Amino acid sequence: MFEKKELEKIKRERARWEKTCYLRLKNKYPERKEKFENLSDVEIKNVYGPDDISNLDYLKDFGFPGVYPFLRGIHATKYRGRLWTYRQFSGFGSAEETNLRYKYLLDHGETGLSVAFDYPTLYGYDTDHPMSRGEFGKCGVAISSLKDMEILFDGIPIDKVTTSMTINGPASIVWGFYIAMAENRGIDRRIIGGTIQNDILKEYIAQKSFIFPPEPSMRLIVDTFEFGYKEIPRWNTISISGYHIREAGSTAIQELAFTLGDGLEYVRWAVKRGLNIDNFAPRLSFFFNSHNDFFEEIAKYRAARRIWARKMKELGAKKSRSLLMRFHTQTAGCTLTAQQPEINITRVTLQGLAAVLGGTQSLHTNSMDEALALPSEKAARIALRTQQIIAEESGVTDTVDPLGGSYYIEWLTDKMEEETYKYFDRVDKLGGVIPAIEKGFYQREIAKAAYKYQKEIDEKRRIIVGVNKYKMDEPIEIPILKMDEKGEQRQINRLKKLRKERNKQKLNRNLNRLKKAAEGDENLMPFILDCVHSYATLGETCQVFRNVFGEYEEPVIY
Amino acid sequence: MEHKIRVLVAKPGLDGHDRGAKVVARALRDAGMEVVYTGLHQTAEMIVEAAIQEDVDVIGLSLLSGAHMTLFIDVADLLKKKNIDDVIVVGGGIIPEEDVPKLKKAGIAGVFGPGTPCDDIVDFIKKNVKR
Repeated sequence: MFEKKELEKIKRERARWEKTCYLRLKNKYPERKEKFENLSDVEIKNVYGPDDISNLDYLKDFGFPGVYPFLRGIHATKYRGRLWTYRQFSGFGSAEETNLRYKYLLDHGETGLSVAFDYPTLYGYDTDHPMSRGEFGKCGVAISSLKDMEILFDGIPIDKVTTSMTINGPASIVWGFYIAMAENRGIDRRIIGGTIQNDILKEYIAQKSFIFPPEPSMRLIVDTFEFGYKEIPRWNTISISGYHIREAGSTAIQELAFTLGDGLEYVRWAVKRGLNIDNFAPRLSFFFNSHNDFFEEIAKYRAARRIWARKMKELGAKKSRSLLMRFHTQTAGCTLTAQQPEINITRVTLQGLAAVLGGTQSLHTNSMDEALALPSEKAARIALRTQQIIAEESGVTDTVDPLGGSYYIEWLTDKMEEETYKYFDRVDKLGGVIPAIEKGFYQREIAKAAYKYQKEIDEKRRIIVGVNKYKMDEPIEIPILKMDEKGEQRQINRLKKLRKERNKQKLNRNLNRLKKAAEGDENLMPFILDCVHSYATLGETCQVFRNVFGEYEEPVIY
Repeated sequence: MEHKIRVLVAKPGLDGHDRGAKVVARALRDAGMEVVYTGLHQTAEMIVEAAIQEDVDVIGLSLLSGAHMTLFIDVADLLKKKNIDDVIVVGGGIIPEEDVPKLKKAGIAGVFGPGTPCDDIVDFIKKNVKR
């Protein structure tokens, strides 16, 4: 990017500066640390200059926003045109309670919905299943049937607002509930918009709410890709997620590498099935974490866009839309402290800002009380206000990719890309993503990084304000969310009533047809929708798959 | 030879958040204890059975889903029912302050929230094991 002669001059000047100006001061006043490293153990230099990014070519490696390789953003106008979506992940207790929370958030300026389901739902169990004991509504809302989904979205304009649903193992069934709910309200399936997470690979790697073994799980996912672009064209049929990989303890580079590796694996499976890459690729979306190291996070998002565009081109994508990495970001739950919870607002602000400077398409900012319990109404509102301040007060949205061209950011972005390719090679050598999962490669890498991080905190080599420095001994005074104690019984009664009233003949016929289809190789989505419309519960539909596909058992590694 | 403290680290219920359980398992091992990790999705019966089979001194439960008031107490109750009184139960996770006294009363000897240094857990176990 710089003339050779000019670069030589810069390098000479840097050497002179190091020897004189810098060393003189450093010898007199030693630096705070021997070595400066970011959260991925990348050593950070004292200062960056043109000589650190001299290998990069502006038009080839940077380009302009909306132009390949999309380093600087996927849209030409970016936030000057449209702000990101304020999308707060929420759900608790019964469908009725969560419905009220959604209306509250929308009333306060939220622009997209995001459903958190409880554990039984995530595992495809109905509320009255024995494995659901103690879990009803605890870390999300319980949805056992189309009926619950109808209550959840009652009075919410789903023809205007998009909905993201964090659901993986039973994603196709829960998506079926949503589609059927819209249809029962007279809304055309072609106009509803949203996202299902539907990313099973990171479940095996990190988040662990898997149900079926990898092969049938991948088949279910490719079924949704195909059904999606044909029938529900505004839906993102997957949200390939690094968030949970990071929460499980990975570094930023691992988050980036494992997530993109998973993304490419889905593409390979879909292409192998015979799908045209340019049909389904525009509906692939991503989801990243925003952790504490401000610049590293920004570099991560920028690198992600460039790597994805380059790899998708290699895989044969022709349409520009197929090369775009669109992503949601959530601030890092694992960085929240139970101690002095109010200061989490500051952490979340920095993390949210990093996501925005990295060019996120939608954002969830965490509530200050989430290291203690699910967010109270007030805490959830402050979290929403935090991103509204970043968006509408701070001015960071006035130009596209404001940090583009920063020597440090560009050097770090390039470094993260390089390290990502190294991880791709390591996974290839293990035989690919699924064999690497089965060998425990990712799990070991993440457990190692998590333990190292904890040790650094315990030994005060990494400072967490309020936890290992600036501690206070005072009672935590944060109101904790109280749930409706009658919610669970109400839900169980509703299930009983539903099982009694539905047309059993039709139900059994549809469940049988689903079973036969699962044993064959047809696309399962139409069969799932028939079951859903005949009020099969989540548990019943999932049980068909459990019987045909079996269940996954993970290798235990720590 | 000195008795090595044996610990069963267990994940009750459906919760898949295993970062804390794994970090603590490693820290206890590094502190010289013998650690058995059950893996995910354990019922109270499975956990107590494993504790008996493995002849452990401590059961360490980890749960971040919020179901601790049911699932931790299930384990403590089952131990009582089986007259096992020489195994202590400790637990950690996303646990609101107000639940802590209730858990202790139900038989969870130590409760550790986010931000707890691993050494605190090691020290607590060393001080409180019953054999």
